[in-house]
Amino acid sequence: MEEKIRQLRMEHITKRFPGVLASDDISLSVDEGEVLALVGENGAGKTTLMNILMGIYQQDEGRIFINGEEQHFRGPEDAFKAGLGMVHQQYMLVPNMTVTENVALGYKQAWKPLRLDLDMVKRRVEEVSSHYGLAVNPDAYIWQLSVGEQQRVELVKTLCLGARFLILDEPTSALTPQETDELIELLGRMKQELSIIFISHKLNEVKALSDKVVILRHGAVVFSGNTSDYSSSEIATLMTGHEIVLPENKEPDMDGPVALSIQDISVRSDRGFLALDHFSLDVHEGEIVGLAGVSGNGQRELAEAINGLRPIVEGKIEFFGVDIANRKPWYVIDHGMGYIPEERNIEGIVPSFAVKENFILKDSDKERFSRHRFLRRKEINSNAEQLKESFDIRTPNTTTAAGSLSGGNIQKVILAREITRAPKFLIAVYPTRGLDMGAIEFIHQELLKKRREGIGILLVSEELDEIMNLSDRIAVIYKGHVQKVLSHGEANKARLGVLMAGLKEDQ
Amino acid sequence: MRHFKLIYKICIILLAVLATLLMSSVILMILGADIWRTFYTIVITPLTRVGHLTEVFVRMVPLCIIALGVAVAYRSGIINIGAEGQMAMGILGFTTVALTLGSLPKPIVLPLALLSAVLCGALWGFIPGILKSKLEVSELLSTVMLNYIAAQFYSFCLRVPLLDPAEALSGAGTPQSARLPSTIEIGRITGRLHYGIFIALVLAVLVYLFMWKTSFGYKMRASGAQSRAARYGGISVERYVTLAMVISGAFAGLAGGVEIAAVHRRAIEGVTNNYGFSAVVVALFGMLHPIGIIPASFFFALLIYGSTLTPRAVGVPANIVDVMQGLIIIVIVTTQMVLQNSYLEDKVRRSIEARLSRKEA
Repeated sequence: MEEKIRQLRMEHITKRFPGVLASDDISLSVDEGEVLALVGENGAGKTTLMNILMGIYQQDEGRIFINGEEQHFRGPEDAFKAGLGMVHQQYMLVPNMTVTENVALGYKQAWKPLRLDLDMVKRRVEEVSSHYGLAVNPDAYIWQLSVGEQQRVELVKTLCLGARFLILDEPTSALTPQETDELIELLGRMKQELSIIFISHKLNEVKALSDKVVILRHGAVVFSGNTSDYSSSEIATLMTGHEIVLPENKEPDMDGPVALSIQDISVRSDRGFLALDHFSLDVHEGEIVGLAGVSGNGQRELAEAINGLRPIVEGKIEFFGVDIANRKPWYVIDHGMGYIPEERNIEGIVPSFAVKENFILKDSDKERFSRHRFLRRKEINSNAEQLKESFDIRTPNTTTAAGSLSGGNIQKVILAREITRAPKFLIAVYPTRGLDMGAIEFIHQELLKKRREGIGILLVSEELDEIMNLSDRIAVIYKGHVQKVLSHGEANKARLGVLMAGLKEDQ
Repeated sequence: MRHFKLIYKICIILLAVLATLLMSSVILMILGADIWRTFYTIVITPLTRVGHLTEVFVRMVPLCIIALGVAVAYRSGIINIGAEGQMAMGILGFTTVALTLGSLPKPIVLPLALLSAVLCGALWGFIPGILKSKLEVSELLSTVMLNYIAAQFYSFCLRVPLLDPAEALSGAGTPQSARLPSTIEIGRITGRLHYGIFIALVLAVLVYLFMWKTSFGYKMRASGAQSRAARYGGISVERYVTLAMVISGAFAGLAGGVEIAAVHRRAIEGVTNNYGFSAVVVALFGMLHPIGIIPASFFFALLIYGSTLTPRAVGVPANIVDVMQGLIIIVIVTTQMVLQNSYLEDKVRRSIEARLSRKEA
């Protein structure tokens, strides 16, 4: 066994990108068995710093020490050799290979001449997963696994490859609340054997897991100290530079007429089983209905079915009195539907298109943006400038490819487009997943503003705080049907948790 | 390190040129040919005389027109490697109209014949387009298969229904149609260089306007760039993919019609000359944009013409030149992929930086 990593230090790390100071004289250190939380808003420079540590980028200035010895990482391979392992935000797994095969990709001991010793890899996977209590089926194909399971595979892979120091980049951003709790518990056990740096902007996790916290803002350390000495809200204030209070829906019911009426629909998933099974739900004008549930219980299929992106086996969807079931997407859009999709990077935007082009995705042949089919460049440009300004989208300019923006800014591009199209109704699916507090605050405010304008909103989320803060009524979805609909007053976390787990309340 | 990117790119391109020269040289050496004179004949000689240059332009016209169509398809998310067949169908469409209506006045019959070429090519593009959008049939399979069908059908037509009656009588039996009437001819400027070059240039402008300035083009590009997002945005991706393939086929058909009307003035076996395949490379080399495709088609026309000179000039057989052309194409495509690989670029930059900093220390 190689030497333990007793201490890791980064000293005065500075990294410049053209026009940006991504890391500004950052120093930090992690001792054996410690968990360091690296906290900051999107774009604060957390990922850049970790990429430097992993040898993916080279620092312009500064030094890295492991156990007091200076390290020169010329690439990720050098960092692996030193015992560092990183789990990225986007998992690096090949979907049509098994868990074992994915691990084997990097497991050089198993690369025999002319032969790949998969049995050896499998034994190693089993060894690591039982040692750390990471339940993983080595023969499962990646595409069969949920996001939480895929993350466990990433962890197992990193550990199999010999990591003695873990770097986790926003490990919980794609997980359900249950999976998040499991992960935190797991990491808590693992820290007895190795040190962890974990990047996050979810403060309850930071509090629950970390010993030390380092807060970055605009590439510089604004604070570092022991986690236990500070409250979540103090850390939040340090992170954003101002105090954040997420808005709440405290307004009286609007009592509007029904806007969207989903009547007894059944919809198949990609794999052919019924993802929605006689699902019914009404949403009124001027009302936010939160659809709570563990992801994978039919939420995606519901949103796609309403928007004409997935066939409906049976049932009816009335939208302001018109049946939109099994109509084309443009038909639904033209009837006033706004939709913030779950997959913001590949569905909500065309990643290679400029920000300004993405703003007209649904309106390229509306009179406002084209005359006789010819695009009106000036109008498109001024629209983009205006939206960039009013939604505070951080992009060098509006001709930047939308896919190169950060998650929060991509979501703002989508939100800006969907809201300013003046929809009569809005479906928002996991609108704040993976975003920082500042962006969440902004999106919540915008949703509540739309509600005040009398627009009905179907909010699909798994963040119970979000659901409870914003919703007038809360429907709980489980295995493709509505468990129960609660009014704002009736809901509390415990009750929702029970319903989301599929239990009836009298059980 | 400020000019790293530029220097890096120049180095890669120089390396690519060097690699091509080296590999070709080995082949030429085995043949015992004069290496330097062979290269000179292919790349430089065609530029030295007007007579040569016009021949380069003659080859540039079909390459440019077809490549524009291939780019439209590629940008819309469907890869058209069936242009060879679409061009052949265009030639048949053109020839049939020219032979049956040739007695009508030129202003009527020439546009009609070209329209027929366009429609025949478009039909041959429509088939893989609709198969892909309705049944998810891979266009790579369907276009290649349709190339075979078109090639055989073309051969059949030239041997039986369209066979030149004079050939049938004299008995030589060369598979070609009768000479077409003068009413379908596109005029020549000098040598064999014809006004079709302006058709190609005008089409380049039109493609640019259509793809980048209209909502049609916007939707087609969105469908190609990220079909899920396009579908989400209410764009009928299937319809635009089919449309793109129809346009692409129409361009190839038109290229066939123009080639017959301006250069050969009768349908002959082999006139498609692999233009349909070369044009795919031209389109990619031209970065799928009209501004890139115009010079790219000139460059490839230069290679194609230059290679026809070598058998006489330096005694290198023509099919060996085909081998060299293949090498050039592979190297060009590889070079482009290397140039686009920012990861590799970063790696090179890092290793150079590391070496420099070690020297300083």
